Amino acid sequence: MRIEVNGEAREIAPDTSVLGLLQVLGVGDGPVAVERNHEIVPRAAHATTLVHDGDKLEVVHFVGGG
Amino acid sequence: MTEALHIGSFVLRSRLIVGTGKYKNLEETKAALEASGADMVTVAVRRLDMSTPGGDSLIGYLKQKGYTLLPNTAGCYTAEDAVRTCRLARELGMSGLVKVEVLGDPKTLFPDVVQTLEAAATLVKEGFTVLPYTTDDPITAKKLEDIGCAAVMPLAAPIGSGLGIRNPYNLEIIRNTVSVPIIVDAGVGTASDAAIAMELGCDGVLMNTAIAGAREPVRMARAMRLAVEAGREAFLAGRIERRLYATASSPLAGVIGSKVG
Repeated sequence: MRIEVNGEAREIAPDTSVLGLLQVLGVGDGPVAVERNHEIVPRAAHATTLVHDGDKLEVVHFVGGG
Repeated sequence: MTEALHIGSFVLRSRLIVGTGKYKNLEETKAALEASGADMVTVAVRRLDMSTPGGDSLIGYLKQKGYTLLPNTAGCYTAEDAVRTCRLARELGMSGLVKVEVLGDPKTLFPDVVQTLEAAATLVKEGFTVLPYTTDDPITAKKLEDIGCAAVMPLAAPIGSGLGIRNPYNLEIIRNTVSVPIIVDAGVGTASDAAIAMELGCDGVLMNTAIAGAREPVRMARAMRLAVEAGREAFLAGRIERRLYATASSPLAGVIGSKVG
């Protein structure tokens, strides 16, 4: 199925969880926060929340800034 | 050592808050933060770079050293984006402490106060400790306080401009208008600017470019620490009144020679 991650289109396998997606991205359970269709997916729900076709996800982290 | 600064439930030993952007490298960042004496530092929330998802080594260092992280919403131009960014910041394991910055245009980076007020109201309702970047307008500062912001952060001059305290009179009026802490955020160019802000009665100063962009950032960080402390002490000490004419500092009696006047 087709989703969008950080503004870029991506193909992922059906029934992929948010945690599964993060593993595919090479992040795993690293220090990131995830928003799915403008709603936060709490860290505790990463493993149980499934990504659906057409979902728009944001995966963010902290960087240096003023 | 000056007294601690209380912002919401947070207690800061240093009244200088510094940004963590624009440094040449990680080593320079670490050394400058150390020299600044700051215990609260700002960070930004950004999309993970999918090509290098290794994580930011700076953030790990800041957490390990016990810095209080103040996530900002830099780059947001709408209340909605700022609110989303703050929710993501809280999800990143932080405290709900946020610097709300909703910009009005990319040339001045002045805040859009209407959007800022809207974002602040939403975030306060959601339990965030909100520190809004705002103009030096006392009316807006008061509204932000009334909404429930834990501090107000008026600009001294445009972000990164180094123009210094452009409107000391407004900062003084804000001081007389709100009771939450006032943190001058943006525009400081050199140490005397920071000292002036503190002498006016502001409770703290937030800066990034003035340190990171200096020829010797670590030395400037130290200068800023001293300036903020000096300015605070001078404010607490209570400056003398300005007078047009001289007042002699030595006794007038017992002067040898001839009398003048």
